Amino acid sequence: MMALTLNHLFAVIMLSGAFSLVSAMLFVVMDAVDVAFTEAAVGAGVSTVLMLATMALTVRIQKDTKKPILFPLIVVCLVGVLLIYGTLDMPNFGAFDSPAQLHLGSKYLSITYKDMGIPNVVTGILASYRGYDTLGETVVVLTAGLGVILLLSSLKGRKDKE
Amino acid sequence: MELNLNFIYGHLPYWLFIILMLSGLFIVVSRGNLIKKIVGLNIFQTSVFMFYISIGKMKGGTAPILLDKAANNSEVIYSNPLPHVLILTAIVVGIATTALGLALIIKIREEYNTVEEDDIQEMDEKDLKAYNKKNVLEING
Repeated sequence: MMALTLNHLFAVIMLSGAFSLVSAMLFVVMDAVDVAFTEAAVGAGVSTVLMLATMALTVRIQKDTKKPILFPLIVVCLVGVLLIYGTLDMPNFGAFDSPAQLHLGSKYLSITYKDMGIPNVVTGILASYRGYDTLGETVVVLTAGLGVILLLSSLKGRKDKE
Repeated sequence: MELNLNFIYGHLPYWLFIILMLSGLFIVVSRGNLIKKIVGLNIFQTSVFMFYISIGKMKGGTAPILLDKAANNSEVIYSNPLPHVLILTAIVVGIATTALGLALIIKIREEYNTVEEDDIQEMDEKDLKAYNKKNVLEING
């Protein structure tokens, strides 16, 4: 919420990093330790550094603009109402008999160790059953990296500017 | 659909994640600064992840790392590992797209010398007007 009103981008970026850390804690509470790990490293670490670098290369202070606020508010409220309406049919938080728990999850829990010999089920699934998907993910990261390099390679050096 | 206390308590986490998501969406829609938009997008994204993970949570469950190697110990409840795997992939893809967006911002700043949306639009409209005027002159002449 504070990110809305602050004009100093440094503070906004730092708050977003703090938000990432808090969300990592929430992931731990929800038993997703691997996700919490990744979020703390990637969300709070890498993305904060990237944003700070961008800020250093561009501007530090947001221009004070008086944009109309009513229309965004209406859109956001509409989306919110629709989403909350969508959750009304969902099973309770932490329920044992929700459709998500009944089928594949328990199956993977019982076969992963037999197949892979890795006690961490998430790692087992990620690296083997979903190995191709993880490969595709690295392709996505490679493409993004190439894109960043292509975009930034044509930048004039800082010396030229001065 | 009866709205009893149990129902509300069971759905409150979802609603909180949705509110968090909406605040991200609001930042994206209502703020003109491009870096702030990216921050809003990150908040949006992380709350979707939270929502997704919350579906896999089981009450009294523990992280899906097997305690005894023999597996099939019915006394220990593990949360569903599948959402975790999906979100793990999504986080990494998310940071890749964020990096690309930030690179685009740097490039935009290089071209327009600003990262404010309305300034950019103003300059674009000015350019378009000049371009149209030139075209009209060429057609007439």
